[in-house]
Amino acid sequence: MKQTATTKTSYHIPVGPIHPALKEPVFFEFEIEGERIVDVDVKLGHVHRGIEWASRKRNPIQILYLAERICGICSFCHPAAFTLAVETAADIQAPERAEYLRVIQGEIERITSHVLWAGVAAHEIGFDTVLFLTWQMREKLMDLTEYLCGNRVTKGIMTIGGIRRDITEDMIPKITDTLNYLKDNFEKLRKIFLDDKTIRMRSQGVGILTKENALKLCAVGPTTRASGVKKDVRVDTSYFAYGDLDIDFITPDVLTNEVNGDVYDRIIQRLLEVKQSIGLIEQCLDTMPSGDIVVEPKIPKLLNQLKKVNGEGVGRHEAPRGEVIHYVKFDGENESPYTWKVRAPTYNNILPWIPMLKGEQIADIPIIAASTDPCMSCTNRVAIADGSKKYEMQKEELHRLSIEKTRRLMK
Amino acid sequence: MAKGLTKAFKKALWVYHCNSGSCNGCDIEIIAALCPRYDVERFGIRLVGSPRHADALLVTGPVTRQMVDKVQRIYEQMPDPKAVICVGNCGNTGDVFYESYNLVGPIDNVLPVDVHVIGCPPRPEAIIFAVAKAWTKLETLEGKK
Repeated sequence: MKQTATTKTSYHIPVGPIHPALKEPVFFEFEIEGERIVDVDVKLGHVHRGIEWASRKRNPIQILYLAERICGICSFCHPAAFTLAVETAADIQAPERAEYLRVIQGEIERITSHVLWAGVAAHEIGFDTVLFLTWQMREKLMDLTEYLCGNRVTKGIMTIGGIRRDITEDMIPKITDTLNYLKDNFEKLRKIFLDDKTIRMRSQGVGILTKENALKLCAVGPTTRASGVKKDVRVDTSYFAYGDLDIDFITPDVLTNEVNGDVYDRIIQRLLEVKQSIGLIEQCLDTMPSGDIVVEPKIPKLLNQLKKVNGEGVGRHEAPRGEVIHYVKFDGENESPYTWKVRAPTYNNILPWIPMLKGEQIADIPIIAASTDPCMSCTNRVAIADGSKKYEMQKEELHRLSIEKTRRLMK
Repeated sequence: MAKGLTKAFKKALWVYHCNSGSCNGCDIEIIAALCPRYDVERFGIRLVGSPRHADALLVTGPVTRQMVDKVQRIYEQMPDPKAVICVGNCGNTGDVFYESYNLVGPIDNVLPVDVHVIGCPPRPEAIIFAVAKAWTKLETLEGKK
Protein backbone atom coordinates (compact mmCIF):
# COMPACT_ATOMS: atom_id res chain seq x y z
CA MET A 1 0.00 0.00 0.00
CA LYS A 2 1.29 3.36 -0.98
CA GLN A 3 1.78 5.77 1.83
CA THR A 4 0.78 9.32 0.92
CA ALA A 5 2.88 11.98 2.48
CA THR A 6 0.94 14.10 4.94
CA THR A 7 1.87 17.63 5.71
CA LYS A 8 1.29 19.10 9.11
CA THR A 9 -1.04 22.06 9.05
CA SER A 10 -2.12 24.26 11.86
CA TYR A 11 -5.56 25.78 12.30
CA HIS A 12 -6.38 29.33 13.28
CA ILE A 13 -9.24 29.78 15.73
CA PRO A 14 -10.57 33.28 16.29
CA VAL A 15 -12.29 33.66 19.67
CA GLY A 16 -14.36 36.70 20.45
CA PRO A 17 -15.14 39.52 20.81
CA ILE A 18 -18.66 38.91 22.17
CA HIS A 19 -19.03 36.70 25.19
CA PRO A 20 -22.42 35.41 26.29
CA ALA A 21 -21.71 35.26 29.99
CA LEU A 22 -19.62 37.49 32.19
CA LYS A 23 -16.80 39.41 30.71
CA GLU A 24 -15.82 42.23 28.49
CA PRO A 25 -15.17 42.00 24.77
CA VAL A 26 -11.67 40.93 23.74
CA PHE A 27 -10.43 39.10 20.67
CA PHE A 28 -8.10 36.08 20.61
CA GLU A 29 -6.56 34.25 17.73
CA PHE A 30 -5.27 30.79 18.50
CA GLU A 31 -3.01 28.76 16.27
CA ILE A 32 -3.58 25.10 17.04
CA GLU A 33 -2.22 21.75 15.98
CA GLY A 34 -4.73 19.06 16.83
CA GLU A 35 -5.74 19.79 20.40
CA ARG A 36 -2.55 21.69 21.30
CA ILE A 37 -2.24 25.45 21.22
CA VAL A 38 0.87 26.59 19.33
CA ASP A 39 0.49 30.35 19.37
CA VAL A 40 -1.86 33.00 20.72
CA ASP A 41 -2.58 36.54 19.65
CA VAL A 42 -4.72 38.99 21.61
CA LYS A 43 -6.48 42.06 20.22
CA LEU A 44 -7.87 44.67 22.54
CA GLY A 45 -9.70 47.97 22.34
CA HIS A 46 -13.35 46.97 22.10
CA VAL A 47 -14.18 48.73 25.35
CA HIS A 48 -12.37 51.98 24.56
CA ARG A 49 -14.70 54.75 25.75
CA GLY A 50 -12.32 57.71 25.69
CA ILE A 51 -12.29 58.12 29.46
CA GLU A 52 -8.90 59.82 29.69
CA TRP A 53 -9.94 62.25 26.97
CA ALA A 54 -13.23 63.02 28.74
CA SER A 55 -11.25 63.92 31.89
CA ARG A 56 -9.83 67.03 30.23
CA LYS A 57 -13.25 68.68 30.39
CA ARG A 58 -14.01 67.79 34.01
CA ASN A 59 -12.83 68.81 37.42
CA PRO A 60 -11.09 66.37 39.81
CA ILE A 61 -14.27 65.63 41.81
CA GLN A 62 -16.18 64.77 38.63
CA ILE A 63 -13.27 62.59 37.51
CA LEU A 64 -13.65 60.49 40.66
CA TYR A 65 -17.03 59.32 39.32
CA LEU A 66 -15.57 58.82 35.87
CA ALA A 67 -12.73 56.73 37.35
CA GLU A 68 -15.26 54.64 39.21
CA ARG A 69 -16.82 53.61 35.92
CA ILE A 70 -13.59 52.36 34.35
CA CYS A 71 -14.47 48.97 35.78
CA GLY A 72 -17.54 48.01 37.77
CA ILE A 73 -15.74 45.34 39.79
CA CYS A 74 -12.81 47.63 40.71
CA SER A 75 -15.04 50.58 41.58
CA PHE A 76 -12.99 51.44 44.64
CA CYS A 77 -9.41 51.00 43.44
CA HIS A 78 -9.51 53.36 40.43
CA PRO A 79 -10.83 56.35 42.41
CA ALA A 80 -8.39 55.36 45.19
CA ALA A 81 -5.37 55.49 42.89
CA PHE A 82 -6.61 58.74 41.33
CA THR A 83 -7.07 60.28 44.77
CA LEU A 84 -3.56 59.23 45.77
CA ALA A 85 -2.18 60.85 42.61
CA VAL A 86 -4.06 64.11 43.20
CA GLU A 87 -3.09 64.15 46.88
CA THR A 88 0.57 63.75 45.92
CA ALA A 89 0.33 66.55 43.36
CA ALA A 90 -1.53 68.94 45.66
CA ASP A 91 0.27 67.86 48.83
CA ILE A 92 -2.90 67.01 50.76
CA GLN A 93 -2.73 64.66 53.72
CA ALA A 94 -5.93 62.77 54.52
CA PRO A 95 -6.89 62.43 58.20
CA GLU A 96 -5.70 59.34 60.07
CA ARG A 97 -9.21 57.89 60.45
CA ALA A 98 -9.93 58.24 56.73
CA GLU A 99 -6.80 56.21 55.92
CA TYR A 100 -8.11 53.32 58.03
CA LEU A 101 -11.58 53.58 56.50
CA ARG A 102 -10.00 53.46 53.05
CA VAL A 103 -8.19 50.25 53.96
CA ILE A 104 -11.49 48.70 55.13
CA GLN A 105 -13.24 49.63 51.87
CA GLY A 106 -10.33 48.40 49.78
CA GLU A 107 -10.18 45.05 51.56
CA ILE A 108 -13.96 44.52 51.32
CA GLU A 109 -13.61 45.08 47.60
CA ARG A 110 -10.74 42.59 47.43
CA ILE A 111 -12.76 39.89 49.20
CA THR A 112 -15.80 40.51 46.96
CA SER A 113 -13.65 40.33 43.86
CA HIS A 114 -11.82 37.15 44.89
CA VAL A 115 -15.05 35.38 45.89
CA LEU A 116 -16.55 36.40 42.54
CA TRP A 117 -13.48 35.03 40.80
CA ALA A 118 -13.65 31.72 42.68
CA GLY A 119 -17.18 31.24 41.33
CA VAL A 120 -16.18 32.10 37.77
CA ALA A 121 -13.19 29.74 37.91
CA ALA A 122 -15.42 26.90 39.13
CA HIS A 123 -17.92 27.66 36.36
CA GLU A 124 -15.17 27.46 33.74
CA ILE A 125 -14.34 23.87 34.64
CA GLY A 126 -18.01 22.90 34.74
CA PHE A 127 -18.52 22.97 38.52
CA ASP A 128 -21.62 25.18 38.64
CA THR A 129 -22.59 24.14 42.17
CA VAL A 130 -19.54 26.00 43.46
CA LEU A 131 -20.44 29.04 41.32
CA PHE A 132 -23.80 29.27 43.11
CA LEU A 133 -22.24 28.60 46.51
CA THR A 134 -19.66 31.36 46.16
CA TRP A 135 -22.11 33.86 44.69
CA GLN A 136 -24.40 33.21 47.62
CA MET A 137 -21.49 34.19 49.87
CA ARG A 138 -20.88 37.21 47.68
CA GLU A 139 -24.44 38.47 48.22
CA LYS A 140 -23.64 38.84 51.93
CA LEU A 141 -20.68 41.02 50.98
CA MET A 142 -22.85 43.02 48.58
CA ASP A 143 -25.25 43.64 51.48
CA LEU A 144 -22.34 44.89 53.57
CA THR A 145 -21.13 47.14 50.73
CA GLU A 146 -24.63 48.55 50.35
CA TYR A 147 -24.84 49.12 54.10
CA LEU A 148 -21.51 50.97 54.22
CA CYS A 149 -21.60 52.86 50.90
CA GLY A 150 -25.23 53.05 49.82
CA ASN A 151 -24.88 51.11 46.59
CA ARG A 152 -24.05 47.58 45.58
CA VAL A 153 -21.52 48.11 42.80
CA THR A 154 -20.54 51.72 42.20
CA LYS A 155 -19.70 52.94 45.65
CA GLY A 156 -18.93 56.66 45.35
CA ILE A 157 -17.06 56.50 48.64
CA MET A 158 -13.71 58.12 47.81
CA THR A 159 -13.11 61.81 47.84
CA ILE A 160 -9.96 63.89 47.60
CA GLY A 161 -8.56 64.42 51.08
CA GLY A 162 -10.60 61.77 52.87
CA ILE A 163 -13.58 59.51 52.54
CA ARG A 164 -17.30 60.30 52.25
CA ARG A 165 -18.89 58.03 54.82
CA ASP A 166 -17.82 57.17 58.33
CA ILE A 167 -18.19 53.82 60.05
CA THR A 168 -19.93 54.49 63.36
CA GLU A 169 -20.04 52.25 66.45
CA ASP A 170 -23.48 50.88 65.60
CA MET A 171 -22.26 49.76 62.16
CA ILE A 172 -19.51 47.55 63.54
CA PRO A 173 -21.73 44.56 64.58
CA LYS A 174 -22.94 44.17 60.99
CA ILE A 175 -19.34 44.16 59.72
CA THR A 176 -18.18 41.60 62.29
CA ASP A 177 -21.26 39.44 61.55
CA THR A 178 -20.38 39.37 57.86
CA LEU A 179 -16.72 38.64 58.61
CA ASN A 180 -17.71 35.78 60.92
CA TYR A 181 -20.04 34.40 58.26
CA LEU A 182 -17.14 34.53 55.80
CA LYS A 183 -14.79 32.80 58.22
CA ASP A 184 -17.33 30.03 58.81
CA ASN A 185 -17.76 29.48 55.09
CA PHE A 186 -14.08 29.93 54.29
CA GLU A 187 -13.34 26.41 55.58
CA LYS A 188 -16.01 25.04 53.23
CA LEU A 189 -14.47 26.87 50.26
CA ARG A 190 -10.96 25.82 51.22
CA LYS A 191 -12.07 22.20 51.32
CA ILE A 192 -13.76 22.41 47.92
CA PHE A 193 -10.93 24.20 46.17
CA LEU A 194 -7.92 22.55 47.75
CA ASP A 195 -9.02 19.00 48.53
CA ASP A 196 -11.57 18.27 45.81
CA LYS A 197 -10.25 15.79 43.27
CA THR A 198 -12.00 17.44 40.31
CA ILE A 199 -10.45 20.84 40.83
CA ARG A 200 -7.00 19.40 41.52
CA MET A 201 -7.09 17.37 38.30
CA ARG A 202 -8.09 20.33 36.18
CA SER A 203 -5.79 22.90 37.72
CA GLN A 204 -2.55 21.22 38.79
CA GLY A 205 0.20 21.55 36.21
CA VAL A 206 -2.05 23.56 33.86
CA GLY A 207 -1.23 27.05 32.56
CA ILE A 208 2.19 27.33 34.15
CA LEU A 209 3.76 30.79 34.46
CA THR A 210 7.38 30.49 35.59
CA LYS A 211 8.98 33.03 37.87
CA GLU A 212 11.27 34.22 35.04
CA ASN A 213 8.31 34.80 32.71
CA ALA A 214 6.32 36.53 35.42
CA LEU A 215 9.21 38.95 35.97
CA LYS A 216 9.96 39.36 32.27
CA LEU A 217 6.33 40.07 31.29
CA CYS A 218 5.71 42.33 34.31
CA ALA A 219 2.76 40.36 35.67
CA VAL A 220 1.16 41.96 38.72
CA GLY A 221 -1.00 41.02 41.66
CA PRO A 222 -2.07 37.48 42.56
CA THR A 223 -0.94 36.23 39.14
CA THR A 224 2.69 37.12 39.81
CA ARG A 225 2.63 36.21 43.51
CA ALA A 226 1.34 32.75 42.60
CA SER A 227 4.53 32.37 40.54
CA GLY A 228 6.65 33.18 43.59
CA VAL A 229 7.42 36.85 42.88
CA LYS A 230 7.11 38.89 46.06
CA LYS A 231 5.42 42.00 44.73
CA ASP A 232 2.63 43.76 46.61
CA VAL A 233 2.13 47.52 46.69
CA ARG A 234 0.56 47.29 50.14
CA VAL A 235 3.87 46.05 51.55
CA ASP A 236 6.33 47.78 49.18
CA THR A 237 5.02 51.29 49.79
CA SER A 238 3.05 52.00 52.90
CA TYR A 239 0.20 54.10 51.58
CA PHE A 240 -3.16 54.52 53.36
CA ALA A 241 -2.85 52.87 56.76
CA TYR A 242 -1.06 49.74 55.53
CA GLY A 243 2.14 50.89 57.21
CA ASP A 244 0.55 50.51 60.65
CA LEU A 245 -0.97 47.11 59.97
CA ASP A 246 0.56 43.67 60.22
CA ILE A 247 0.82 42.66 56.58
CA ASP A 248 3.31 40.55 54.68
CA PHE A 249 3.71 39.06 51.20
CA ILE A 250 1.64 35.99 50.56
CA THR A 251 2.82 33.35 48.12
CA PRO A 252 1.36 29.85 47.72
CA ASP A 253 4.40 28.20 49.41
CA VAL A 254 3.00 29.42 52.75
CA LEU A 255 0.57 26.53 52.47
CA THR A 256 2.19 23.98 50.17
CA ASN A 257 5.93 24.68 50.62
CA GLU A 258 6.46 24.87 46.87
CA VAL A 259 5.68 27.26 44.04
CA ASN A 260 4.61 25.82 40.70
CA GLY A 261 2.95 28.87 39.13
CA ASP A 262 0.03 26.81 37.80
CA VAL A 263 -3.70 27.46 38.00
CA TYR A 264 -3.90 25.56 41.29
CA ASP A 265 -1.36 27.92 42.86
CA ARG A 266 -3.39 30.90 41.68
CA ILE A 267 -6.45 29.41 43.41
CA ILE A 268 -4.49 28.93 46.67
CA GLN A 269 -3.09 32.45 46.35
CA ARG A 270 -6.53 34.07 46.14
CA LEU A 271 -7.97 31.99 48.98
CA LEU A 272 -5.05 32.98 51.22
CA GLU A 273 -5.57 36.62 50.27
CA VAL A 274 -9.24 36.46 51.29
CA LYS A 275 -8.11 35.27 54.70
CA GLN A 276 -5.47 38.01 54.90
CA SER A 277 -8.05 40.66 53.98
CA ILE A 278 -10.44 39.49 56.70
CA GLY A 279 -7.55 39.84 59.19
CA LEU A 280 -6.72 43.35 57.90
CA ILE A 281 -10.31 44.58 58.31
CA GLU A 282 -10.40 43.22 61.86
CA GLN A 283 -7.09 44.96 62.66
CA CYS A 284 -8.47 48.23 61.27
CA LEU A 285 -11.67 48.00 63.32
CA ASP A 286 -9.59 47.40 66.48
CA THR A 287 -6.98 50.11 66.01
CA MET A 288 -8.91 52.80 64.13
CA PRO A 289 -8.39 56.24 65.75
CA SER A 290 -11.26 58.70 66.10
CA GLY A 291 -11.34 62.05 64.34
CA ASP A 292 -12.33 63.73 61.11
CA ILE A 293 -12.87 61.74 57.94
CA VAL A 294 -12.18 64.48 55.43
CA VAL A 295 -9.74 67.42 55.35
CA GLU A 296 -11.91 69.87 53.46
CA PRO A 297 -15.65 69.09 53.46
CA LYS A 298 -16.48 72.12 51.29
CA ILE A 299 -16.09 70.95 47.67
CA PRO A 300 -15.89 74.42 46.01
CA LYS A 301 -13.08 75.40 48.39
CA LEU A 302 -11.23 72.15 47.63
CA LEU A 303 -11.65 72.67 43.88
CA ASN A 304 -10.34 76.21 44.22
CA GLN A 305 -7.29 74.87 46.03
CA LEU A 306 -6.73 72.21 43.34
CA LYS A 307 -7.06 74.82 40.58
CA LYS A 308 -3.91 76.52 41.79
CA VAL A 309 -1.86 73.33 41.86
CA ASN A 310 0.95 73.19 39.36
CA GLY A 311 2.56 69.79 39.44
CA GLU A 312 2.20 66.09 38.90
CA GLY A 313 1.53 63.02 40.99
CA VAL A 314 1.50 59.24 40.77
CA GLY A 315 -0.90 57.06 42.70
CA ARG A 316 -0.32 53.34 43.20
CA HIS A 317 -2.83 51.01 44.78
CA GLU A 318 -2.97 47.23 45.09
CA ALA A 319 -6.28 46.39 43.40
CA PRO A 320 -7.72 42.87 43.66
CA ARG A 321 -6.07 42.04 40.32
CA GLY A 322 -2.75 43.76 40.96
CA GLU A 323 -1.11 47.12 40.94
CA VAL A 324 -3.10 49.98 39.45
CA ILE A 325 -1.22 53.20 38.59
CA HIS A 326 -2.72 56.60 37.95
CA TYR A 327 -0.65 59.58 36.78
CA VAL A 328 -2.08 63.06 36.92
CA LYS A 329 -0.68 66.47 35.98
CA PHE A 330 -2.11 69.92 36.70
CA ASP A 331 -0.97 73.07 34.88
CA GLY A 332 -2.07 75.57 37.54
CA GLU A 333 -4.46 77.41 35.22
CA ASN A 334 -7.34 75.10 34.45
CA GLU A 335 -9.68 73.31 36.79
CA SER A 336 -9.39 70.06 34.84
CA PRO A 337 -6.09 68.15 34.82
CA TYR A 338 -3.63 68.64 31.99
CA THR A 339 -3.13 64.85 31.68
CA TRP A 340 -4.56 61.80 33.35
CA LYS A 341 -3.15 58.38 32.59
CA VAL A 342 -4.47 55.07 33.90
CA ARG A 343 -2.60 51.78 33.92
CA ALA A 344 -4.93 48.99 35.02
CA PRO A 345 -3.57 45.62 36.22
CA THR A 346 -5.17 43.61 33.41
CA TYR A 347 -2.84 45.27 30.85
CA ASN A 348 0.09 43.57 32.56
CA ASN A 349 -1.70 40.28 33.05
CA ILE A 350 -2.60 39.85 29.38
CA LEU A 351 0.88 39.07 28.07
CA PRO A 352 1.43 36.20 30.56
CA TRP A 353 -1.52 34.48 28.86
CA ILE A 354 0.75 33.66 25.94
CA PRO A 355 3.27 31.44 27.83
CA MET A 356 0.42 30.03 29.91
CA LEU A 357 -1.69 28.96 26.95
CA LYS A 358 1.09 27.65 24.69
CA GLY A 359 1.11 23.86 24.61
CA GLU A 360 -2.19 23.49 26.42
CA GLN A 361 -5.42 21.97 25.14
CA ILE A 362 -8.42 23.85 23.74
CA ALA A 363 -10.55 22.62 26.65
CA ASP A 364 -8.19 24.38 29.05
CA ILE A 365 -8.58 27.85 27.46
CA PRO A 366 -11.48 28.92 29.73
CA ILE A 367 -9.81 28.08 33.04
CA ILE A 368 -6.38 29.41 32.06
CA ALA A 369 -7.79 32.68 30.74
CA ALA A 370 -9.92 33.03 33.87
CA SER A 371 -7.03 32.18 36.19
CA THR A 372 -5.47 35.63 35.86
CA ASP A 373 -8.87 37.12 36.78
CA PRO A 374 -8.99 39.25 33.64
CA CYS A 375 -11.22 42.26 33.55
CA MET A 376 -11.86 41.13 30.03
CA SER A 377 -11.71 37.69 28.64
CA CYS A 378 -13.53 36.00 25.90
CA THR A 379 -14.08 32.40 25.06
CA ASN A 380 -17.39 32.47 23.33
CA ARG A 381 -17.72 32.50 19.59
CA VAL A 382 -15.14 30.37 17.94
CA ALA A 383 -15.17 30.07 14.17
CA ILE A 384 -13.02 27.20 12.94
CA ALA A 385 -11.90 27.85 9.39
CA ASP A 386 -10.79 24.63 7.74
CA GLY A 387 -9.86 25.56 4.18
CA SER A 388 -13.11 26.40 2.45
CA LYS A 389 -15.27 24.81 5.19
CA LYS A 390 -16.31 27.18 7.92
CA TYR A 391 -18.25 26.44 11.03
CA GLU A 392 -18.71 28.06 14.37
CA MET A 393 -18.05 27.01 17.88
CA GLN A 394 -19.80 28.72 20.76
CA LYS A 395 -18.61 29.31 24.27
CA GLU A 396 -21.04 26.58 25.32
CA GLU A 397 -19.26 24.16 23.03
CA LEU A 398 -15.95 25.06 24.67
CA HIS A 399 -17.60 24.76 28.04
CA ARG A 400 -18.91 21.31 27.07
CA LEU A 401 -15.41 20.27 25.96
CA SER A 402 -14.15 21.46 29.32
CA ILE A 403 -16.78 19.45 31.23
CA GLU A 404 -16.05 16.39 29.11
CA LYS A 405 -12.39 16.63 30.02
CA THR A 406 -13.31 16.67 33.71
CA ARG A 407 -15.50 13.57 33.23
CA ARG A 408 -12.72 11.82 31.32
CA LEU A 409 -10.22 12.50 34.08
CA MET A 410 -12.67 11.30 36.73
CA LYS A 411 -12.82 7.83 35.17
CA MET B 1 -44.35 39.49 38.02
CA ALA B 2 -45.51 42.17 35.62
CA LYS B 3 -49.11 43.01 34.88
CA GLY B 4 -50.59 41.34 31.86
CA LEU B 5 -48.53 38.20 32.22
CA THR B 6 -50.59 35.03 32.35
CA LYS B 7 -50.14 32.71 35.32
CA ALA B 8 -49.09 29.84 33.13
CA PHE B 9 -46.38 30.88 30.70
CA LYS B 10 -46.52 29.56 27.19
CA LYS B 11 -42.80 28.94 27.18
CA ALA B 12 -39.65 29.58 29.18
CA LEU B 13 -37.89 32.83 28.32
CA TRP B 14 -34.29 32.49 27.22
CA VAL B 15 -32.07 35.51 27.39
CA TYR B 16 -28.84 36.35 25.61
CA HIS B 17 -26.48 38.85 27.17
CA CYS B 18 -24.32 41.08 24.99
CA ASN B 19 -21.68 43.44 26.34
CA SER B 20 -21.18 46.36 23.98
CA GLY B 21 -18.36 48.02 25.93
CA SER B 22 -19.78 48.20 29.42
CA CYS B 23 -17.77 48.49 32.64
CA ASN B 24 -18.82 45.04 34.02
CA GLY B 25 -21.04 46.64 36.65
CA CYS B 26 -24.33 45.78 34.90
CA ASP B 27 -22.94 42.43 33.80
CA ILE B 28 -22.24 41.23 37.33
CA GLU B 29 -25.70 42.38 38.40
CA ILE B 30 -27.20 40.30 35.59
CA ILE B 31 -25.28 37.25 36.84
CA ALA B 32 -26.32 38.09 40.41
CA ALA B 33 -29.94 37.92 39.24
CA LEU B 34 -29.31 34.34 38.11
CA CYS B 35 -27.66 33.27 41.34
CA PRO B 36 -29.29 31.81 44.50
CA ARG B 37 -30.53 35.05 46.15
CA TYR B 38 -32.69 36.11 43.17
CA ASP B 39 -32.69 32.83 41.25
CA VAL B 40 -34.65 33.68 38.10
CA GLU B 41 -34.13 30.20 36.76
CA ARG B 42 -37.14 29.09 38.80
CA PHE B 43 -39.29 31.09 36.34
CA GLY B 44 -37.56 29.47 33.38
CA ILE B 45 -35.44 32.55 32.60
CA ARG B 46 -32.01 31.40 31.56
CA LEU B 47 -28.90 32.89 30.00
CA VAL B 48 -28.06 31.06 26.80
CA GLY B 49 -24.78 30.91 24.90
CA SER B 50 -26.07 31.69 21.43
CA PRO B 51 -28.33 34.48 20.15
CA ARG B 52 -30.03 31.89 17.91
CA HIS B 53 -31.61 30.29 20.97
CA ALA B 54 -32.70 33.53 22.63
CA ASP B 55 -36.06 35.29 22.97
CA ALA B 56 -34.75 38.45 24.59
CA LEU B 57 -31.49 40.36 24.26
CA LEU B 58 -29.92 42.12 27.24
CA VAL B 59 -27.55 44.82 26.01
CA THR B 60 -25.18 46.59 28.41
CA GLY B 61 -22.71 49.35 27.67
CA PRO B 62 -22.69 52.47 25.52
CA VAL B 63 -21.85 50.70 22.17
CA THR B 64 -18.29 51.59 21.19
CA ARG B 65 -17.33 52.03 17.54
CA GLN B 66 -15.67 48.60 17.37
CA MET B 67 -18.79 46.85 18.66
CA VAL B 68 -21.53 48.36 16.45
CA ASP B 69 -21.48 45.74 13.70
CA LYS B 70 -21.16 42.92 16.22
CA VAL B 71 -24.17 44.09 18.22
CA GLN B 72 -26.22 44.44 15.02
CA ARG B 73 -25.19 40.97 13.88
CA ILE B 74 -26.25 39.47 17.21
CA TYR B 75 -29.64 41.16 16.87
CA GLU B 76 -30.09 39.86 13.34
CA GLN B 77 -29.21 36.31 14.39
CA MET B 78 -32.05 36.18 16.92
CA PRO B 79 -35.28 34.51 15.77
CA ASP B 80 -38.56 36.46 15.74
CA PRO B 81 -40.42 37.46 17.88
CA LYS B 82 -37.69 39.11 19.91
CA ALA B 83 -37.34 41.78 22.56
CA VAL B 84 -34.39 44.05 23.34
CA ILE B 85 -33.69 45.20 26.90
CA CYS B 86 -31.18 47.96 27.46
CA VAL B 87 -29.57 47.60 30.90
CA GLY B 88 -27.81 50.50 32.59
CA ASN B 89 -27.54 54.25 32.23
CA CYS B 90 -24.72 54.24 29.69
CA GLY B 91 -26.76 52.29 27.16
CA ASN B 92 -29.76 54.55 27.68
CA THR B 93 -28.12 57.97 27.67
CA GLY B 94 -24.35 57.59 27.55
CA ASP B 95 -24.10 58.41 31.28
CA VAL B 96 -20.61 59.71 32.22
CA PHE B 97 -19.27 58.87 28.76
CA TYR B 98 -21.96 60.85 26.88
CA GLU B 99 -19.56 63.16 25.02
CA SER B 100 -16.94 60.58 24.09
CA TYR B 101 -15.64 60.39 20.51
CA ASN B 102 -15.67 56.61 20.40
CA LEU B 103 -19.35 55.98 21.09
CA VAL B 104 -22.10 55.32 18.58
CA GLY B 105 -24.68 54.77 21.30
CA PRO B 106 -27.04 55.25 23.07
CA ILE B 107 -28.28 51.82 22.03
CA ASP B 108 -31.42 53.45 20.55
CA ASN B 109 -29.22 54.57 17.64
CA VAL B 110 -28.26 50.97 16.86
CA LEU B 111 -31.16 48.69 17.88
CA PRO B 112 -34.91 49.10 18.49
CA VAL B 113 -35.09 48.93 22.30
CA ASP B 114 -38.28 47.65 23.99
CA VAL B 115 -37.43 48.05 27.66
CA HIS B 116 -35.07 50.63 29.19
CA VAL B 117 -33.61 49.90 32.62
CA ILE B 118 -31.96 52.84 34.33
CA GLY B 119 -29.43 52.75 37.14
CA CYS B 120 -25.67 52.64 37.30
CA PRO B 121 -25.83 49.70 37.67
CA PRO B 122 -29.51 48.79 38.09
CA ARG B 123 -30.33 46.44 40.97
CA PRO B 124 -31.05 42.80 40.08
CA GLU B 125 -34.72 43.39 40.99
CA ALA B 126 -34.94 46.08 38.30
CA ILE B 127 -33.37 43.76 35.72
CA ILE B 128 -35.82 40.96 36.60
CA PHE B 129 -38.72 43.39 36.30
CA ALA B 130 -37.50 44.48 32.86
CA VAL B 131 -37.28 40.88 31.69
CA ALA B 132 -40.85 40.29 32.89
CA LYS B 133 -41.94 43.39 30.91
CA ALA B 134 -40.28 42.01 27.78
CA TRP B 135 -42.00 38.72 28.46
CA THR B 136 -45.38 40.49 28.51
CA LYS B 137 -44.58 41.99 25.11
CA LEU B 138 -43.68 38.63 23.64
CA GLU B 139 -46.78 36.93 25.09
CA THR B 140 -48.98 39.73 23.72
CA LEU B 141 -47.44 39.32 20.27
CA GLU B 142 -48.05 35.58 20.53
CA GLY B 143 -51.70 36.19 21.53
CA LYS B 144 -52.34 38.41 18.47
CA LYS B 145 -51.42 35.67 16.04
